[in-house]
Amino acid sequence: MRRVVVTGLGLVTPLASGVNASWQKLINSESGANVIAKFDTTGLAASYGCEVPVSKDQMDHFCADHILSKSAQKRVDNFILFGMVAAEEAIVNSGWIPTTEEQSCRTGVSIGSGIGGLSFIEKNSIKLEVNNPKRVSPFFLPGSLINLISGQVAIRYGYRGPNYAISTACSSGAHSIGEAARIIAVDDADVMVAGGAEAAMCRISILGFSSARALSTKFSDAPQRASRPYDKDRDGFVMGEGAGVVVLEEYDHAKKRGAPIYAEIAGYGLSADAHHITAPPEDGDGAYRSMQMAFKKSGLTVDDIGYINSHGTSTPLGDAVEVRAVKKMFGPASKSLAMSSTKSAIGHLLGAAGGVEAIFAIKALNEGIMPPTLNLDEPSEGLDLNFVPKIAQEKKNMKAVLSNSFGFGGTNASLLMTRV
Amino acid sequence: MSDVAERVKQIVAKHFDLKETDVVEGTKINEDLEADSLDRVELMMAFEEEFEIEILEEPADFVETIGDLVKLIEENLKK
Repeated sequence: MRRVVVTGLGLVTPLASGVNASWQKLINSESGANVIAKFDTTGLAASYGCEVPVSKDQMDHFCADHILSKSAQKRVDNFILFGMVAAEEAIVNSGWIPTTEEQSCRTGVSIGSGIGGLSFIEKNSIKLEVNNPKRVSPFFLPGSLINLISGQVAIRYGYRGPNYAISTACSSGAHSIGEAARIIAVDDADVMVAGGAEAAMCRISILGFSSARALSTKFSDAPQRASRPYDKDRDGFVMGEGAGVVVLEEYDHAKKRGAPIYAEIAGYGLSADAHHITAPPEDGDGAYRSMQMAFKKSGLTVDDIGYINSHGTSTPLGDAVEVRAVKKMFGPASKSLAMSSTKSAIGHLLGAAGGVEAIFAIKALNEGIMPPTLNLDEPSEGLDLNFVPKIAQEKKNMKAVLSNSFGFGGTNASLLMTRV
Repeated sequence: MSDVAERVKQIVAKHFDLKETDVVEGTKINEDLEADSLDRVELMMAFEEEFEIEILEEPADFVETIGDLVKLIEENLKK
């Protein structure tokens, strides 16, 4: 099997647009949570979330004007814009520009999403009911479909290789990276732009998640304290949005052109709980087997892992089950392990989470700094790992890091990344 | 210049991110504005809403220039 390395990083998060700006705020313990400003939250159980800051004038705020014209931006859902902007950053960062037909046919895209254009679907459904049914735009479907980030990126850069989008709820981003790495490993492409994007910040999704009892609702007076993984007062996840995209490349291909190499995808695991549509099994068996598979082909042992970026959504059941699975996997090594949930700062980015968190894990590996779990005042009983509470911790010379993502439907993904 | 022509140019300019003065009677929708079939459908929808008319597919498909468009809409308004 061919080796696969990461040569480009791109982020759009509720902290900032751009990898470095997001990372700086993350390790400074800043929170991206606030009262939702984008739409009226009257009648909704949750009035707060983590929105991507948007402005033309501030460098570290989101803006898509360099990618698409104003009118073209209106014809696609925000999840596509987030994905395209993160992809652009990663591609520019990697410096990869195919110049021959062969090269463009050996470059592909794998950017997934959990929900896709839900805001667009919501808007057009309202048009259908309230206005004239003939006013549903011809751009409605190509602006909503999950694979349209991959499509748009291919069109923009002329990438004619493998092109698809994975949708596995909150593990979409992680599966997208893992499967893209496999495409390169088996020699079906040399370069893959991979990750996840989500922009489900709209009334219908808040209603759906809160009626499924998944959302935090008790912190209307202090939104920044709402996302509190592992803490005894956690009451559900805080909705986030954004995108995390990486450029993956075959090792020799990257070496030959002198590309920056941030990490190697050393292992990838995936599994199903086969248990329940929204809840994990008490013993965390699916999560455990996902991590186990990631280790299997990597040649690494649990002692090699310096840091885990956990799924840690801040739901009462999910956090406890993940800790159980990690303890089973790591055994005595759990004592020296550090594991934090960056969802405490940016909320849950659903299908984008795996992409964003893989990048945060890679940054931790490269910088020797582990981002904190905010708001961890007092862990629940039995949750006794080093969760890097509140303040970032230094850990130099880490060999490898792990990122876990789990999704509705009982789907699990683990990515294991090493220094090259 | 008719009022219809002015309103048509405004809508077309907005749709394609242009200045109103860039859109003239002879502007070709496919060639000059690089409109695809989806753009054309969305444009016709915008005119239907603006002028409260119904534009049928067949005459709409034969429209080549802004001038043709204005004519089509004016005929529709007479009905």
